[in-house]
Amino acid sequence: MTRRLLLLLPLIGFLGLSLFLYQGLSLNPFHRDSALMAREFPAFDMVTLEDPERRVDRSLLANGEVTLVNVWGEWCPECKREMPQLLDLAARGIRMVGISYKDTREKGLGFLQDFGNPFEVNIFDPDGELAFELGVYGAPETFLVDREGIIRYHHTGYISAGDVREHILPEVQKWQ
Amino acid sequence: MAVIRLALVGIMLMLMAGTLQAGAIEVREFDDPVMEQRYRSLTASLRCPTCENQAINDSDAPVSGDMRERVYQMLMDGRADMEIRDHMVDRFGNYVLYNPRLEGRTFLLWGLPAGLVLAGGILVALVVRARRNASARELSAEERARLDALINRGRTE
Repeated sequence: MTRRLLLLLPLIGFLGLSLFLYQGLSLNPFHRDSALMAREFPAFDMVTLEDPERRVDRSLLANGEVTLVNVWGEWCPECKREMPQLLDLAARGIRMVGISYKDTREKGLGFLQDFGNPFEVNIFDPDGELAFELGVYGAPETFLVDREGIIRYHHTGYISAGDVREHILPEVQKWQ
Repeated sequence: MAVIRLALVGIMLMLMAGTLQAGAIEVREFDDPVMEQRYRSLTASLRCPTCENQAINDSDAPVSGDMRERVYQMLMDGRADMEIRDHMVDRFGNYVLYNPRLEGRTFLLWGLPAGLVLAGGILVALVVRARRNASARELSAEERARLDALINRGRTE
């Protein structure tokens, strides 16, 4: 009898493997962790969008406060749609830093004028140099940087009001 | 004559439209054929992070253009292929490699074929050994008597 049951082993193994691989079919390939998760925010030395004379570096993001770093561009319609949610986050007292991604200075500043400015400061990244270091592959993208300047959470794409409630606020609380 | 000229102009315009469209992915000139080959194989083996299943040499997504530019710059800097791949994985994750590396998450991918061959080999070896043992074993007196009875029954019927 036990020998008979042994014959079922390959079938059981096959079914187990099928089930495991079948789950993979329903995964969204865009919901993947950033390669920078749990790593330090990359070093940079760049000027701000607001003031071409002001240089900022990594110390901007390791100052003992949890910061949301949002990559946006004037050319990106999704960025405009998520602005109300970002303003809401800023109104809750969360520190926000923007990265003006592949924009001219005029267009970037115009965007902030038209859609509001939730950011303490905006890093000016016209060539996408810093965004490349962050592995940004489309705007908007948002990184949560903890008090020591380590990336703890990454959101790809548009942040909806639901995302704020379900993901962003709990993550901010977790690292505060 | 005027008709032919018009047709020629039309054909030329069509050809130009073709080259304009192809311009979405830039053409790079290399003095060194080895460099060119390396550039081609690197850009063909790196996956565009924002498109599903397109290599960066085949994609006009902005991030693919940036990645091609970085590959080119690093090649010109004399960096090794391995370094360039690591550079991309550090930023965009393992997703960008068309040829996944052997690590915890991919053990099944790499290990399963080898594992199945090994399991099959062991199974065949066990079956062969069992058969060899079975045929080598002598029949007991009782079994022999039964066998004779069976054979004889067949004959008398």
